[in-house]
Amino acid sequence: MALLEVTNLVARYGRITALSDVSLTVDEGEVVTLIGANGAGKTTTLRTISGLMRPASGTIRFDGRDITRVAPNEIVRAGIGHSPEGRRVFPRMTVRENLELGAYTRRAKDEIAADIERVLTIFPRLRERYAQKAGTMSGGEQQMLAIGRALMSRPRLLLLDEPSLGLSPKLVQTIFEVIRDISARGTTILLIEQNARQALAVASRGYVLEVGRIAHQGAAADLTASEVVRAAYLGGGA
Amino acid sequence: MNQLLRFVSLVAALVRTPRGRTALVCVVAIALPFVGRNDAFTNFLADAGAFVLLALGLNIVVGFAGLLDLGYAAFFAIGSYAFAMLASPQFGIHLPFWLLLFVASGIAGVFGILLGAPTLRLRGDYLAIVTLGFGEIVPQTFLNLSQWTGGPNGIGSLDQPSIGAYKFGFNALPYYFMVLGLIAFAVWVASNLRNSRLGRAWMAIREDELAAAHMGINTTTTKLAAFAMGASFSGLAGCAFASKLQLVSPDQFGFNVSVFILAMLVLGGMGNIPGVIVGSLILSALERFILPQGTNFLHGLGLNVDLTNSRFLIYGVILVMMMLFRPEGLIPSRQRKAELHAGEGDAGVAAQEQALYTEAVH
Repeated sequence: MALLEVTNLVARYGRITALSDVSLTVDEGEVVTLIGANGAGKTTTLRTISGLMRPASGTIRFDGRDITRVAPNEIVRAGIGHSPEGRRVFPRMTVRENLELGAYTRRAKDEIAADIERVLTIFPRLRERYAQKAGTMSGGEQQMLAIGRALMSRPRLLLLDEPSLGLSPKLVQTIFEVIRDISARGTTILLIEQNARQALAVASRGYVLEVGRIAHQGAAADLTASEVVRAAYLGGGA
Repeated sequence: MNQLLRFVSLVAALVRTPRGRTALVCVVAIALPFVGRNDAFTNFLADAGAFVLLALGLNIVVGFAGLLDLGYAAFFAIGSYAFAMLASPQFGIHLPFWLLLFVASGIAGVFGILLGAPTLRLRGDYLAIVTLGFGEIVPQTFLNLSQWTGGPNGIGSLDQPSIGAYKFGFNALPYYFMVLGLIAFAVWVASNLRNSRLGRAWMAIREDELAAAHMGINTTTTKLAAFAMGASFSGLAGCAFASKLQLVSPDQFGFNVSVFILAMLVLGGMGNIPGVIVGSLILSALERFILPQGTNFLHGLGLNVDLTNSRFLIYGVILVMMMLFRPEGLIPSRQRKAELHAGEGDAGVAAQEQALYTEAVH
């Protein structure tokens, strides 16, 4: 049984249909990527999974449980962590306070401290910036914080929305290495990316979203090799 | 001389530690009416104390949770009327004052939830407009429900508090000490809330509501809790204020009162408890002493200027000056200061980012 199972999801912003038919599954331990152009509905898909947006129809099941109309705070408790589009760290709070808020749903202080330590091991840069206000950090550091903060809820499934957006090529490398690292530590990941080549390189499977519906899907290697996907998302032969 | 020196060094030592500062403030607060030895001054202290309570309550809503409430006087009205109806000849109900402190703040808290619920989806300007509307509706309602509220005349002959056989009467001194006790309680509650899980959730919502939802914070109940806690403080203020004045009437709770309380927060430092108290005392003193005295002074100079009539102009000027020169307030909270002066230190970060980028590209 899949850890996450999205079936025939339809979502609308007023009269505009953002998702017309999205079905996807993520198995325990996998890294799955959802690629597509701007406006294809990638972010909407993630927002609907984390309960921030109500779908018009369709179902979302997590670990066998129907979470389609469950409140966002309950979904975090159920085990889905979300690193949102545009990072959205709390700018006037320190790195430490941001990480502590990431563990808001949890109570055990010693476990939280151990997890902060774990996040600081994954992102040594955050240890250097521990007492610094998040808003004064660079874009890459904020992205690391956003991912680390999402990990603080100890998610079984981590949703990453465009983690490489706006970062220098070198930092993009770092972020993708971290994604591999988090996956190796046992967290299942659903990754949204515009950087399709890199995303397909870390993922085992991928889905291609085109104007609100899944246009292609398959093993990451097959998608990378596919002519259609190459032409549209991997910059052709260049 | 030697003793004076010893005293000064004791005070200096106290100021250096947080506990010492608290102790010092307590001593000064208790000694203040005896130093003044003047009824008008004690009377002022007792009234100003009620506004300190109000400012502490509004600080939870606006300062902690970042929900701009322009109709906070509505809760002050509800707390005051709750006390008045349950401790006056109006219905012949005379519940004990000390019980009513809890009842009135409970009723105000419930109304905080009722009036807060419809505003949950609103943010920023829209929230401010709706709360402004509530602030107008509530006193109007009390004005028009005259069979219960006495209409424009309000409710008079309210019960006075007593401790055993000792009746507070018309002496301001016991009211002052009661208000002081309530302020101490309110400060204790507010500072504990600030450092609690709920307090952290409020600040997360203030910073970024969507990100707060991503953290698993239930934004609905968290915002309602802010409205309820903030409103319940005004129930305490309502009891203290109404029992001392012996009267409630709809005109005591207009828009100018809401703005007056909000101005206390802006002046003192939003989100910071000591700042809010200081801001509140300054504005109360301005209203009661500084403007009338200033008017007398100007009249003495032969200038026919009435500062009391232009007080809102003067508050306005003070607020504009604050926004220009010290937007974080006189005694700012750590975060507000960071927020308002962000950008001044950002040049370094931008340069660093550029350097990283250049390094990566080449």
